[in-house]
Amino acid sequence: MSEIAQPSPIAVPLGAVRPLLRNWRRHVPLMLVAPLLIYMLVLYALPVLAMLLRSLNDPTWTLSHYTALFEDVVFAKTFWITFNTSVIVTLGCLILGYPVAMGLVRAKTMAPLILVVILLPFWTSVLVRSYAWMVLLGRHGLINEGLLALGMIDRPMRILNTSLATQIAMIHILLPYMILPIANALRQIDPSLLRAASGLGATPFMTFRQVILPLSMSGVAAGTLLTFVLALGFYITPAMVGGPRDITLSMLIAQEVDQLNWAYAATLSAVLLATALGILAAARHLPGVGNAFRMSMR
Amino acid sequence: MNRTDRGASVSLAELEKRYDRVNAVDGVSLDIHSGEFLTLLGPSGSGKTSTLMMIAGFETPTAGDIAIDGTSVVAMPPYRRNIGMVFQNYALFPHLTVEENIGFPLKQRGVPKAERARLVAEALELVHLPGYGERYPRQLSGGQQQRVAVARAVVFKPRLLLMDEPLGALDKQLRENLQLEMRRLHADLGITFIYVTHDQEEALTMSDRIAVMNDGKVAQVGSPEDLYDRPSDRFVAGFIGESNFLPAIVRGMEDDVVITECDGALIRAMCPGRPASGDRVTLTTRPERLRFADSAWNATTPQNRLSVTVTEAVFAGERCRYMLQATDGTSMVLKEPSSAAIRRRAIGERAEISWSVADTILV
Repeated sequence: MSEIAQPSPIAVPLGAVRPLLRNWRRHVPLMLVAPLLIYMLVLYALPVLAMLLRSLNDPTWTLSHYTALFEDVVFAKTFWITFNTSVIVTLGCLILGYPVAMGLVRAKTMAPLILVVILLPFWTSVLVRSYAWMVLLGRHGLINEGLLALGMIDRPMRILNTSLATQIAMIHILLPYMILPIANALRQIDPSLLRAASGLGATPFMTFRQVILPLSMSGVAAGTLLTFVLALGFYITPAMVGGPRDITLSMLIAQEVDQLNWAYAATLSAVLLATALGILAAARHLPGVGNAFRMSMR
Repeated sequence: MNRTDRGASVSLAELEKRYDRVNAVDGVSLDIHSGEFLTLLGPSGSGKTSTLMMIAGFETPTAGDIAIDGTSVVAMPPYRRNIGMVFQNYALFPHLTVEENIGFPLKQRGVPKAERARLVAEALELVHLPGYGERYPRQLSGGQQQRVAVARAVVFKPRLLLMDEPLGALDKQLRENLQLEMRRLHADLGITFIYVTHDQEEALTMSDRIAVMNDGKVAQVGSPEDLYDRPSDRFVAGFIGESNFLPAIVRGMEDDVVITECDGALIRAMCPGRPASGDRVTLTTRPERLRFADSAWNATTPQNRLSVTVTEAVFAGERCRYMLQATDGTSMVLKEPSSAAIRRRAIGERAEISWSVADTILV
């Protein structure tokens, strides 16, 4: 019986090599990810590192590029605009996204439809969506024409190429990143908890405030973080629909690259990257976010 | 204050819950007395949980009425009904401590903080968990979580407590302990308990009255003794305890005892109705109430007798269990208390069995 169960056809001559073979098997997972790992390392991580180094060794080893930022008015203003836009967009996504997440979780037969409506723009390129917003928000765009037709305004409003346009378009593009983590957290709330709350005397509003909201905070934290960090690096949308003076960090970087000002562009990139990583690292220690990280690992 | 002042009376009238084309609850009428421990007992799908959910207000009846203390509550949302409820999976709030969980219903009622703390401590005392207030539900065992759920359901002094298979997820030993504790709690609080279970032993142990449900209807309501000794139909006889079923033909009546012919013998049975002569009926009797006629057994009450063959004999410690076959092929079970003084029967042996007429019911 036991002889039949032995699954090794090369057992006898290779007896000595066997431990090695076992080792080889243990490294299979690593070997499976190796091609992508090498690809990422050579074509992405190394160039990024080389680029970031330029902020330190162009033309010689120096920290002057960074110290210069402290007196750089353009940088300060750009950084503020970027940060401010990200905060507004994130809040907008949260306010608009939370109810949608609740609707998505509560809807029974409509849920797949709602999900498709949320994800449809997700599958369209950011460039196309930004162009679409240009069409909608323009002087003779759908919104202005509509409001004119309804008699609510006398002449077309200037929406396109303002910071409002940036915010509207970015909220639209980033909404799924807010909705999906929140919906995920809401879906994990045991429905019997809501019944229990109601049976114990909590009105629907009190149930929301004392049970649903606190139990969905992990999703809110994850969605907020994701949206905010993505918003920090937005380039195409603010460049296309934003105001001429509303320059974000990524636009500034692109501008400097155009002018072959590599060291300055590299310094700005390093600051942007450090800000995003810093926020992620700090947020990891918030209780709700820690949970969200662990949950997304599962 | 006497017991009846503290408990609510509940009245279900022709209650019905229809899902698509299935009637989960199909015309249930039931009066639950103030301060009573009533159990809804039935197999899964019998409508017992749906009935409880309608009383709690989580489900809306498609027809019929629910009155608590004489007032219809059908249109009232659950959070206004003031009913305590213990769920099968406890439904403790995972983000709140034990104290906050128990304080939850008090908070909704605007009870001031100090008063809340006092009542929570009292409730923890009641379920034997003092000192556990700071912990989170996940830090407690299943049995402890169950106690917290009970404490939370009674802390606001409701007049009615609903329990949906609250002991279902616990092991046997713990379940038996908690059954006794529930009984004690019921006696202490004096409020009305409506308890849902599929476990007939649990129902018999704990309840003042049991409503046996089947197919969305109440099959029989009565005390545990009523249901066990005088089941009204074959379903109740089979669902509660073990029963033998004997096919018989009615031959006549003698006061309230019906005389039937079964396997060539005349068998007398208790019968509430008046079946006509010649009717084909089923008699039921409990295995532990049958005896071998030749063993040392001095019966003073009227007895039925039947000839059988032993087909199986199992010694189970405290008792012996015999499978018997009557000459017409009907199989029966007989349970005999074990004793070194009683002769064990062999398989294939022919024997005469006897049992009391009072233990024979026509269903």
